[in-house]
Amino acid sequence: MSAERFKILTGNDLLTGDVTWWTGSNWSRHVNDAAALGEDAATIIAAEEAARRVVSAYVIDATRDAEGVRPAHIKDRVRAVGPTVRLDLSLRADDPAATTWIA
Amino acid sequence: MYQYDTHDQAMVDARVAEFTDQVTRRLDGTLSEEQFRPLRLKNGLYLQLHAYMLRVAVPYGTLNSRQMRVLGNIADTYDRGYGHFTTRQNIQYNWIKLSDTPAILADLAAVGMHAIQTSGNCIRNTTADHFAGAAADEVADPRPYAELLRQWSTFHPEFDYLPRKFKVAIIGSETDRAAMKLHDIGIQVVKNAAGEEGLRIHVGGGMGRTPMIAPVIREWLSPLQMVSYLEACLRVYNRYGRRDNKYKARIKILVHEIGADEYRRQVEDEFAHILTLGLEPPAAELDRIKAQFADPAFDPAAPDAIDRSDPDFALWVDQNVHAHKAPGYGIVTISLKPVGGIPGDASADQIRLMADLARDYSFDELRVTHAQNIVLPHVRKADLYAVWQQLDAAGLATPNLDLIGDIIACPGLDYCSLANARSIPLAQKISQRFADVERQRDLGELKLKISGCINACGHHHAGHIGVLGVDRKGVENYQLLFGGSEGADTSIGSIIGPGFSEDGIVDAIERATGVYLARREAGERFLDTWRRIGNAPFKDAIYG
Repeated sequence: MSAERFKILTGNDLLTGDVTWWTGSNWSRHVNDAAALGEDAATIIAAEEAARRVVSAYVIDATRDAEGVRPAHIKDRVRAVGPTVRLDLSLRADDPAATTWIA
Repeated sequence: MYQYDTHDQAMVDARVAEFTDQVTRRLDGTLSEEQFRPLRLKNGLYLQLHAYMLRVAVPYGTLNSRQMRVLGNIADTYDRGYGHFTTRQNIQYNWIKLSDTPAILADLAAVGMHAIQTSGNCIRNTTADHFAGAAADEVADPRPYAELLRQWSTFHPEFDYLPRKFKVAIIGSETDRAAMKLHDIGIQVVKNAAGEEGLRIHVGGGMGRTPMIAPVIREWLSPLQMVSYLEACLRVYNRYGRRDNKYKARIKILVHEIGADEYRRQVEDEFAHILTLGLEPPAAELDRIKAQFADPAFDPAAPDAIDRSDPDFALWVDQNVHAHKAPGYGIVTISLKPVGGIPGDASADQIRLMADLARDYSFDELRVTHAQNIVLPHVRKADLYAVWQQLDAAGLATPNLDLIGDIIACPGLDYCSLANARSIPLAQKISQRFADVERQRDLGELKLKISGCINACGHHHAGHIGVLGVDRKGVENYQLLFGGSEGADTSIGSIIGPGFSEDGIVDAIERATGVYLARREAGERFLDTWRRIGNAPFKDAIYG
């Protein structure tokens, strides 16, 4: 049985460009902090972009497993970790399982 | 090489001041992202998967050591210690902060560099033969024309909002090292029987989702009419190129749809009109530019012999050093494709080392190649061993130029927001599978090019073996192409059959090389054998 899908919100920090995830009240660099969205995504995006806390925000599908929140599409899993060819620069630099998690 | 005059410098300095103000207004909220986005793109600043990416222009791929050193310093100061040399002879930084961009552009401007024309629907940075001014087979140096094109196209008000981006490449020899016929405009400098220089103009080539080889639109053009003629080419495109569908907006579609003859007729009409306007720069300006590309002071007594007693060095000389027009000199290509490495990436220390080597051994010049390598164009043969030793110590002496390990790969899904699949891990696996350099040399010239999406930044259409990454229901999948070429024998590769997983395509490529080894005739490259025997034996081996 497939895991239940839900919506989460992601974007990039305006100043640094870092990938960020909406926690329900703020932004985090860690996808596991991402909160399931209600029906108010457009309102959140408008408010947060207007406040210059995020840029290019968009909603994606995700699931939750034993490791935490897992974006449905590989592109967002790459965003959640970092380049698989430079894991030393990623958020899971010391985790050899990171590439497997992405793929 | 060309040195900025006060006008050039004032232009880039003004651009830094302008963009600094724009960034300030974005950060204080005066500008929205919708307003700011086209402004940052005009300065080469993209927002990619993980961060902002800054693409810095290297006009016609030519750099001096001071400029190269600044590129290394930027990697250290503002990025994460490395840069990525691209298939358009530029460099990209992957981890840029918006607030740092004014300072980076100021650092670049201090050495006559910028990020202008690296994005947007304008005339992009002109590319050129990376052996220009050095190659033994050169008819004429294309760089003065490339520089004139830079001056003409930079901030050209009429062509700042074209239907789509516009890329020009120029070469000066029969050997095409710039994929010239796969550009919106390709220019070849030629000479007639009287020894006069002229330009052969191709229009309407390109890769992307609709690859096309540019037909010849003008067989012979006086170099003193180049600007007027290109003005006419662009004006016809700007007037009739499609703006309703971005996938049909490149000039190749226009030329294809109305036909080369009709496009030529319209350009000639426009050209006749433009000639009456007196837009062409005076001959003295081209002469002024040409004077700046005069040969460096080659030593006529430079010895031609090379001590090949070190076998590793001899191997590198055979593979990575090309014939120079001046006796006693060679052209060194530094491979940025170590076994298992990331094609085109170089650390800040490596970039600075290459700058030092250019200063000490190559008349202060470097070139970036569209194959994501670096060239030291003028090295005395007597100095090759010293250069090789320093490169080898820095991991920059891989002897694989034009072999299967010399892979072109776009950043792919590891970095690029447009990509559908990762390119670099695949390049690394192929590189490791064929790590044995003697095996690579036995396979001979074999150009392998990988793109992570249909936009074809990795030139997969032009690979003897091409790989295109696609998204198949959320899973990376790779299509295999054979038969492409970007040289004088330009051709577009074709997909051989169903796609593969990442591991599957490495196996498929290995099987294809097995077919080549079994079926090749004397002197044939992989491409030649494929052209002679066709797809069937390869498909049998791969899918059978």
